[in-house]
Amino acid sequence: MSRPDQATPQPSIWPESAHSLEEAEQGHSLWQDAWHRLRKNRMAVFGGLFILVMGLASLVGPTMVTHGYQEQNLELRESPPSAEHWLGTDKLGRDLLARVLYGGRISLTVGLVATAVSLTIGLLYGTVSGFCGGKVDAVMMRLVDILYALPFTIFVILLMVFFGRDIRLMFLAIGAVEWLTMARIVRGQVLSLRKQEFIEACIALGLPLHRIILRHLAPNVLGPVIVYSTLTIPAVMLLEAFLSFLGLGVQEPMCSWGSLIKEGAEIMEEAPWLLIFPGSLFAMTLFSLNFLGDGLRDALDPRASKD
Amino acid sequence: MALLKLSDLKTFFHTRAGVVRAVNGVSFSIEKGETLGIVGESGSGKSVACYSLMGLIPKPPGKIESGQALFDGEDLLQMSEAQLNRIRGRRIAMIFQDPMTSLNPYLRIEDQLIEPLLLHGLADKHGARKKALEMLEKVGIPGAARRIRMYPHEFSGGMRQRVMIAMALITEPDLLIADEPTTALDVTVQAQILELIKSMQQQLNMAVIFISHDLGVVAGFCDRVNVMYSGQIVESGHTDAIFTHPSHPYNQALQRSIPALQAKGQELFTIEGQPPDLTRPVSGCAFAARCVHASHACSQTSPHLECVDEGHWSACLRVQQHEITLAP
Amino acid sequence: MSMPTPPFLKIRGLKTHFPVEKGLLVRKTVATVKAVDGIDLDLNQGEILGLVGESGCGKSTLGRTILQLIEPTQGSVHLNGRCLTELKGKALRESRKDFQMIFQDPYASLNPRMTVYDTLAEALLSHQSIPKSELSQRVGQWMNRVGLSPRFIKKYPHEFSGGQRQRIAIARALVVEPKLLIADEAVSALDVSIQAQIINLLARLSKEMNLTMIFISHDLSVVKHIADRIAVMYLGKMVELGSAESLFDHPRHPYTQALVSAVPIPDPSRERTRRRMLLPGDPPSPMHPPSGCSFHPRCPHAADACQAAFPKWVREGDRSIACSRLEVVP
Repeated sequence: MSRPDQATPQPSIWPESAHSLEEAEQGHSLWQDAWHRLRKNRMAVFGGLFILVMGLASLVGPTMVTHGYQEQNLELRESPPSAEHWLGTDKLGRDLLARVLYGGRISLTVGLVATAVSLTIGLLYGTVSGFCGGKVDAVMMRLVDILYALPFTIFVILLMVFFGRDIRLMFLAIGAVEWLTMARIVRGQVLSLRKQEFIEACIALGLPLHRIILRHLAPNVLGPVIVYSTLTIPAVMLLEAFLSFLGLGVQEPMCSWGSLIKEGAEIMEEAPWLLIFPGSLFAMTLFSLNFLGDGLRDALDPRASKD
Repeated sequence: MALLKLSDLKTFFHTRAGVVRAVNGVSFSIEKGETLGIVGESGSGKSVACYSLMGLIPKPPGKIESGQALFDGEDLLQMSEAQLNRIRGRRIAMIFQDPMTSLNPYLRIEDQLIEPLLLHGLADKHGARKKALEMLEKVGIPGAARRIRMYPHEFSGGMRQRVMIAMALITEPDLLIADEPTTALDVTVQAQILELIKSMQQQLNMAVIFISHDLGVVAGFCDRVNVMYSGQIVESGHTDAIFTHPSHPYNQALQRSIPALQAKGQELFTIEGQPPDLTRPVSGCAFAARCVHASHACSQTSPHLECVDEGHWSACLRVQQHEITLAP
Repeated sequence: MSMPTPPFLKIRGLKTHFPVEKGLLVRKTVATVKAVDGIDLDLNQGEILGLVGESGCGKSTLGRTILQLIEPTQGSVHLNGRCLTELKGKALRESRKDFQMIFQDPYASLNPRMTVYDTLAEALLSHQSIPKSELSQRVGQWMNRVGLSPRFIKKYPHEFSGGQRQRIAIARALVVEPKLLIADEAVSALDVSIQAQIINLLARLSKEMNLTMIFISHDLSVVKHIADRIAVMYLGKMVELGSAESLFDHPRHPYTQALVSAVPIPDPSRERTRRRMLLPGDPPSPMHPPSGCSFHPRCPHAADACQAAFPKWVREGDRSIACSRLEVVP
């Protein structure tokens, strides 16, 4: 009673020729799935939009405000918010709005650049370590462990002492410390991916190493890397604020949110707006990045994909 | 009165991709001391049906839309967590497929064994410890006295499965639900475990629901068999009849697909088409799209189980109307 | 009298041992896992060998060692006269088109971020250059050949079912037109009805392409159907080798007998009345294999001689058995 077997599970009406390729159905990649999931997460969307707005404001803001960020007006110093100065002025009569926007530019740039530095170093290091395995991996990770033990603050102070207080140094210093965790995360991902059968299949096909790493390993490592990067940015910004608070950060008249908060904290009782505005803006930015990072992690979680 | 009587169970999962009708109107009963096999491929709903009984379905996204599960007169599906807890582990026990993850890796075997006894107030600590050792010996763990204080990772897969059986049966339940308990085991270990379950069942006069995709295992083990497809029971009867007089095309096709029963050198018989999409309900019989005997009426009429022979039920419209007879 | 043709696949004394190391900075080997412990095998071209055994027997490791995915500790593998174990680096990569593998898990063996086209095109281009214009046509042809509609060429692995993914994996392995194909539990993760489809596909393609295939499985009935000969492994060594049908019906090695008797038969009357040979205990760990014949602790016919040394091979017709107690084995 059985029909002559066809190994084909599909209805037998498809054309045998290649013409059917034009009617090929579009596939939905995992990235598209993740994007849909992200869009539905309201907190993440809010976070993302806020960062976008903040970023744009920091970029063009300082040039669009009526006052320059270093313009002093000693008669109006420490004045509360008014029509002339929307956010008030600081102890040297400088417009707080301009300074906050400029500070945002500095803080966000530090956040992005330092994260980019740590991402690059960490990605490379972690991939090599994870893929090579064995003794190479052991040595590379011991090095990371040793570096982890170095006290960050002292390291930065030493750098500042030897090379002077250049803002570019701060990017390097922070990036040079943050790469350690990134390397560990990447290595962990690579280790687990390496055991997956599709990587074995690549080796069995005889694909060259660089292709395996770039085309097969890297795209699948990207998920946690993206999430962690998004969460590194606020950590870096906090680090920068910490340095500025200690007086090791940006030099006058440049300002960052960290240095503004420091100044505001000093005269908190007389001019609370000098603390409240930069402080809340900073906090909002950190929250937004965290929401976005959480949202990305949920969206990119492979377990949440279609059953 | 039947030990367990399940009526018209419907368990749906409300997911992003749609409503998955995992169990779509399942009814069966089991008597004391009987062995009932539930057979089906993945997606048939066999595991979900039994998990629903035990209240183990995650409530979002799962939902028991309707149904009644009378266990000794009480409806399990209407019980509160507290009431269910009195029955679970005490009168209805369950063993699972994966022995690696079914035991708590942080607790010693002894502690896990005595837990059900203590929880249900069946013994004090001293008595429970004695019973645990007895049980471990009964399930055939060599050197039980020495090993009872060990941790799960110090046991092999087959041993862990025995420990799980000991844990399940220590309270001498009335009903054991075994969800693919031997699928993850080597075939020689599988034979040992099946013998063990059989002997324990006889000792305790326990009813067993044995869920499996392996018809061979079910053939030697069960008194009656329910064959499930796409969330419904399509055939139900005594084991011999299920194999010698299949009354549903799916059952017939499934048996024919088994390599062991087919002559070498010829192509294996295959079932055309793909397993059903549980998010898209079909009008009529869910198997019709793949059935060699399907008629026009099959995709129009909603199937239901009807008695086609003594103790033998089939949901096939054409068999019910005596339009076709199926050879094994 | 014709000269015997050399075997197409020749394996001699193949061993794969994994050292177990302990220590923080200075690593010391404290034990060795003898996953594959001395395998000799000859296969003719176009032959299908079934390799069976339970977990820990080393069959998967053997498959990967033959394919040079794991470096053997000792021994040699010759394919069509060429020694594979001596190949390294670029030479190895270039010869890989002659021997390919299909893996067990259809979900893990495909890159989730590449479409069917990406995966198959990459495989096609790995060992030959094909003009871009021809590429999609060739991919489409292969999809047809393994039973997939070319309509799905732009889809991603997660959009397919397990059986369909396995078809993609089969296509990927076969587009390079290998001579040797190793299927490592290729159907074990699939439903029974889908298994049958994939087995038919593999059997058909192997005939069409004159493939030499090693079909690794723990499922004896599947193997019996597709294989010409069957080799039974226990703890890193082969214990019996013979034609598929006769080995299953008349196993000679005590372990094979236990294995065959443990396989459930979907026939209630036979299943209930048969006499089962139950093995005591669990399979021992490959880290501490018993001395001599590694099966002797569980063998109902073991004698003192069995502990002393691994038994010599005994030939009974086309069957080879590694047992010294065959006179008492029923």
